[in-house]
Amino acid sequence: MEQVLEEVFGFEEDTQKDKFLTFLLGNEVYGIDIKYVTEIIGIQSITEVPELPEYVKGIINLRGKIIPVMDVRIRFKKEAREYNDRTCIIVIDIKDMPIGLIVDSVSEVLSIPEQDIVPPPQVNKDFNNRYIKGIGKVENNVKLLLDCEKLLSDEMIDILQDIEQ
Amino acid sequence: MSNNAGREPMLDMFIFETFQLIEQLEQVVLNSEKSDSFDSNSINEIFRIMHTIKGSSAMMLYNDISKLAHSIEDLFYYIREKKPQNVDFSALSDIVLEGVDFIKNEVTKLEEGNSADGSSSEMIESIKNFLSALKAINSDAQESAESERKKSDDKKDQKYYISSYQPADDCKTNLFRARIFFEDGCEMENIRAFSVVHSLKEKTEVLEYTPEDIMENDNSTDIIIQEGFEIVFRTALNEEAVRDLLMQTIFLRDLELVLLQGADNSQTAMEGNKKRIVLEDEPAPGAVKQTDTDSSAAHKTSSAKQSMISVNLLKLDKLMDLVGELVISEAMVTRNPEIMNLQLDSFHKAARQLRKITSEIQDMVMEIRMVPISMTLQKMNRIVRDMSKKLKKDVQLEIIGEETEVDKNIIEQISDPLMHLIRNSIDHGIETTEERVAKGKPAAGKITLEAKNAGGDVWIIVKDDGKGLDKEKILQKAKENGLVRKPESELTDKEIYSFILLPGFSTKEKVTEFSGRGVGMDVVVQNIEKIGGSVLIDSAPGMGSVFSIKIPLTLAIIDGMVISVGNSTYTVPTTSIKESFRPKPGDVITDPDGNEMILIRGECYPVLRLHRAFNVKTKIEEFHEGVIMMVENDDKGLCIFADALLGEQQVVVKALPKYIKKVKGLAGCTLLGDGSISLIMDVAGLIENY
Repeated sequence: MEQVLEEVFGFEEDTQKDKFLTFLLGNEVYGIDIKYVTEIIGIQSITEVPELPEYVKGIINLRGKIIPVMDVRIRFKKEAREYNDRTCIIVIDIKDMPIGLIVDSVSEVLSIPEQDIVPPPQVNKDFNNRYIKGIGKVENNVKLLLDCEKLLSDEMIDILQDIEQ
Repeated sequence: MSNNAGREPMLDMFIFETFQLIEQLEQVVLNSEKSDSFDSNSINEIFRIMHTIKGSSAMMLYNDISKLAHSIEDLFYYIREKKPQNVDFSALSDIVLEGVDFIKNEVTKLEEGNSADGSSSEMIESIKNFLSALKAINSDAQESAESERKKSDDKKDQKYYISSYQPADDCKTNLFRARIFFEDGCEMENIRAFSVVHSLKEKTEVLEYTPEDIMENDNSTDIIIQEGFEIVFRTALNEEAVRDLLMQTIFLRDLELVLLQGADNSQTAMEGNKKRIVLEDEPAPGAVKQTDTDSSAAHKTSSAKQSMISVNLLKLDKLMDLVGELVISEAMVTRNPEIMNLQLDSFHKAARQLRKITSEIQDMVMEIRMVPISMTLQKMNRIVRDMSKKLKKDVQLEIIGEETEVDKNIIEQISDPLMHLIRNSIDHGIETTEERVAKGKPAAGKITLEAKNAGGDVWIIVKDDGKGLDKEKILQKAKENGLVRKPESELTDKEIYSFILLPGFSTKEKVTEFSGRGVGMDVVVQNIEKIGGSVLIDSAPGMGSVFSIKIPLTLAIIDGMVISVGNSTYTVPTTSIKESFRPKPGDVITDPDGNEMILIRGECYPVLRLHRAFNVKTKIEEFHEGVIMMVENDDKGLCIFADALLGEQQVVVKALPKYIKKVKGLAGCTLLGDGSISLIMDVAGLIENY
């Protein structure tokens, strides 16, 4: 009993630990580490910027701050979908770079303890799992946990550098 | 930015303060060197600055800085107290400036998040050597000064009623005078003072203290607070021990300990070579009155300084962002479509008032960012000094218009290019003294550094009276490097001069420490162009050359023309727009490769369809339905085809997010009145790439 209590307290000290914000893309549920998330906003008018990869839709004005937005659907090579009032932009902050992720809808904040997370399967390279850091089990469902840093990965930086040149 | 926030506030403060002090110090030293003497004010100033740095760096545990500051302090202490006559001021300045550089270097390391690991021991050694050399030279000169000092000693001693003890021939004891200041607000100063006397009595023979009636008189507390508590005592201990003893006092803020008469010293004094050892800030006896006025003056300046505060630039940026948002949300309210068709007289009145205030706030915030350029110009003094010494050329620097105000961001960018230009002028422009004399010019070369406002621009002009640019040599060199692209006869003087701004160009045969490697001028130009400025060169053989830098007053706001293409809006800086017009059908001609071009007043310009270049969907693809805007940069023109002109407005420039910063043809973005984003075109980039 005491041990359990201790665990609970220890857990509460770092409120961001093991917590994931989950969102929907089509039928799959994805989760991202909550420590990256700054805020969630509704979809707003996006200014297109030329010469960007297709999945970077452009820039938005977030209370005077200009941030780029990325359509996660297109990033994952899914079919593009019309934005509606359920569409959300999750603003995350990675290495001091804020970026907005356009997702179909945001569902909830879950805590998934470490022991319930398994690494993604290592299968052939066509399998599109390089953005997945792990697979979390919550009751009978699975959530795909995203690796935020890979999401804006080197590949993208490479592309941008290509543009520069 | 992030490491800025992560830094301890203490360290932040230390870095900021030290930089300020160091800059002040550099200024004082250079001014003194110029006038070829260190007056008592500047010596005190240097002393004070070194003392502060010593204290704060010791507190932050940067021992090397602290030790160095301490040894410079020692040096200036000697100079201040002994007023030696024949000091090699330029060597002295060298030493101090070397120290300044060391400290600057270390603090820069700290600022960048590294540890201050430089060792100052060598420098300290050389300072010590200098000091002892100074002492040796001046021991003779001291004699005469000594007698004077003795007189003033007597005078002062009378003041403190201890003259009767003065002639005591007991040479085995030291006579000290200590002045103690307690910390502000520690209370019961008189009791504390008494306890000091009490503790001293155990080890020393207390002769006198002022105020005398500490316990009886209530006013004594005030006197102690204002003037400090003064004790004269005699002891066999040396000053180190006495100091330690006194330092144990609680709530001690300041301690001034003076050895009035020392055991061994009094003997040497008889030989006319009396040595006095004083710790802390005790003014020279002869200068008691003068330092009093000094300190009151210092009080005045410190109170004047209090009306200025230093603010983190990040906060200012943030404030500017917020004001920008305020302006936008104001527009959102007052131009809300929902109230557009309503008759709301009093609402409009109130809205006007709001608009007036917000625009005033906006102007104010912009003004806050403007700082006088003087600091940057003053920095050049140091460059001129160092270089003229190294190159053995006598060069004077004249600074005009240092009160000119420029945006803070620009000031930061301008320093390096300016430094380069000055170096170039001294190294390449100004002749050696012999040459100058032979030519009948004044022996000392002169560089004029002028800053002035003209319209929306700031001009910074570097002018030298050296030999001027050698047109033939430049042309020849330019040809060698394949830089000449026009027939020689068509080149104007200015065009020839501007060759030296191109990469890989240096006419100086010999590479010197300062310039001549052929990097430099092009870097200058690059840096200046980065902040939207340009460089002009003019020169007259034998008379000197002029480098004029034109920079915008501020980076943050530009005048722009807003154009639309499809759903997107773009802002084109007004400065680069030549004209805009709606073409008639058939004006635009197409060559076999599909390149479109238009003939305007006999000149042919390429046409760039913005919707194609930026891949934007638009319904207007026929030229006569849209508008053509002719833009120009560096004498190269380009016609941009867009849907429509939306109007002209001042826009606040914002950078594009970090990783999409460098899109060809885009310089940044801005927020329009309705909160939407407009992309700012980089005309130079567009012309280059399309």
